[in-house]
Amino acid sequence: MNIIFNLFMSFLDIKFWTGPMLGATAQGLIWGIMVLGVYITYKVLDVADLTVDGSFATGGCIFAVLVVSGFDPTISLLIAAIVGGVAGFVTGILHTKFKIPAILSGILTQLGLYSINLRILGNAANMSIGKIDTNIKFVSTFFSITQQQAGLVVGLIVSVICIILLYILFGTEIGASIRATGNNSQMIRALGVDTDKTKLMGIVLSNMLIGLSGALLVQMNKYADVGMGKGAIVYGLASIVIGEVIFRKIKNFAVMLTSSVVGCIIFFAIRAIVIKLGMDANDMQLLSSIIVAIALSTPIIKEEIEKKRSYRENTKNFVKK
Amino acid sequence: MLKIKNVSKTFYKGTINEKKALVDINFELKDGDFVTVIGGNGAGKSTLQNVISGLYAVDSGIIEIDGTNITNLPEYKRAKYIGRVFQDPMIGTASNMQIEENLALADKRGEKRTFKWMLNRDKKIFFKEKVASLGLGLEDRMESKVGLLSGGQRQALTLLMATIKKPDLLLLDEHTAALDPRTAKKVLTLTEEIVGDNNITTIMITHNMKDAIQYGNRLIMMDAGKIIYDVSGDEKKKLTIEMLLKKFETVEDKISDRMILS
Ligand SMILES: Nc1ncnc2c1ncn2[C@@H]1O[C@H](COP(=O)(O)OP(=O)(O)OP(=O)(O)O)[C@@H](O)[C@H]1O
Ligand SMILES: [Mg+2]
Repeated sequence: MNIIFNLFMSFLDIKFWTGPMLGATAQGLIWGIMVLGVYITYKVLDVADLTVDGSFATGGCIFAVLVVSGFDPTISLLIAAIVGGVAGFVTGILHTKFKIPAILSGILTQLGLYSINLRILGNAANMSIGKIDTNIKFVSTFFSITQQQAGLVVGLIVSVICIILLYILFGTEIGASIRATGNNSQMIRALGVDTDKTKLMGIVLSNMLIGLSGALLVQMNKYADVGMGKGAIVYGLASIVIGEVIFRKIKNFAVMLTSSVVGCIIFFAIRAIVIKLGMDANDMQLLSSIIVAIALSTPIIKEEIEKKRSYRENTKNFVKK
Repeated sequence: MLKIKNVSKTFYKGTINEKKALVDINFELKDGDFVTVIGGNGAGKSTLQNVISGLYAVDSGIIEIDGTNITNLPEYKRAKYIGRVFQDPMIGTASNMQIEENLALADKRGEKRTFKWMLNRDKKIFFKEKVASLGLGLEDRMESKVGLLSGGQRQALTLLMATIKKPDLLLLDEHTAALDPRTAKKVLTLTEEIVGDNNITTIMITHNMKDAIQYGNRLIMMDAGKIIYDVSGDEKKKLTIEMLLKKFETVEDKISDRMILS
């Protein structure tokens, strides 16, 4: 009862909306770019790529080091994306050329990246970028808005650009053959497409978005941490699942991409509420695992229940006859 | 056109499961040949097509199409020459993609794919006309996901996809076996039309002896990885199911003799 009352009160509190909720939306938009990456591998390519946790942090770490050593923040963002793509390339080669199962390939890269990320930060576990100029800081001073509000604006702009670019890309001949690879690789090979190459392209593209997302998060939080990508894959899957539930009816590709980002915003909103209710932020990992596990098992459970039900019905009718 | 020289393929070589799927096959096709292939289960019919299409590498021998040696080309590179329809209607189409998207993918078979938009107005009209020619009423559902179509509709679409860009060689592996008799008939009629109109060199595997006799200008029978009977022209026209059955029986006698002797 107390919990519900607290929740109700916080919804009435304007500070909850301008504070934690606004922050959650900004985080959701920025992490949402990572979710777009996960969407490409998990949904479009039908490959479970676990590079994510590593490449997200690599994007962030590279970005921090670059801006601290005086690089232009926008160029640093692009470099972070490219380096994320390189991480994806390694996973992709392990998977397509050396036929290591995708999950294992991703885990190998991810684990290796942990050491690399530590090296990038000069053997430190984290790095603050302090007062250094970034895109978010620029927006914040230019419009005299808070860091969080600026994060929201930048996150929105970048994720909209990414969705539009992805929508265009997947409508091209090459993009369509990547989609077909995930849908029916045997068919598209018979039509002359090198499916190793299309898989590789998809995994690289995915990790580019993930690296970019990590770099933007560093802009927002003003520091990079080698562990910042921990659990990212599960957050990504949870966001996709939430998005799917909300936009169940619509199967348009642009809508499905958007729904993943919206799912991510909702995911972080839930997190803000849960924290507001006094739950430890670290419990969020458990909560996300549970959300994803339930979501992934629901279809099977539904099917089982339906089978039993229809068997009962049919048998009843039969006995009556 | 197609030349197969001394091709052998053995699965699980050197183990107790060793399966000799193709034994020193020699086989040639002329331009425009339409050959039907019959033979018992495990005779090697599918394996013959699969080594031509590049799904399996051969153990020995040479495969040539129009003078090009394709023996060592990967499957996706051979697609330039070959159109295929499989037994399983699920395999030939991408179920999550639209009818017109599937056709756009097929229209680029064996060509370099670019960052150009995959569909445009002209292409949409062209695909719609092609689909209308199937006579299944699918031309009004060009933007439907292929997963919503029936097996027969999907198989007809796969046939169109395999031939929309004329292939040098068309491989059909029991492509009507999963369909009900009426739909199978319809797809076979379409096959004959498309193959005939475009003069496409075709290898069609079937278990239906009537179809094997009725369609094409040449018939081969396979057994235990070998071509044991090869007729064409007038001789093929005179074939009857009884004659084919007799052929089968002599093969089966040989098999049972072998078993008794061993
Ligand atoms: N991928 C494979 N791995 C192992 N053995 C195989 C494989 N494909 C075929 N074979 C074996 O090769 C032999 C020939 O099989 P194939 O599929 O070519 O026969 P088929 O004539 O097409 O028969 P069916 O009429 O049943 O389709 C069989 O003994 C089969 O078990
Ligand atoms: Mg077969």
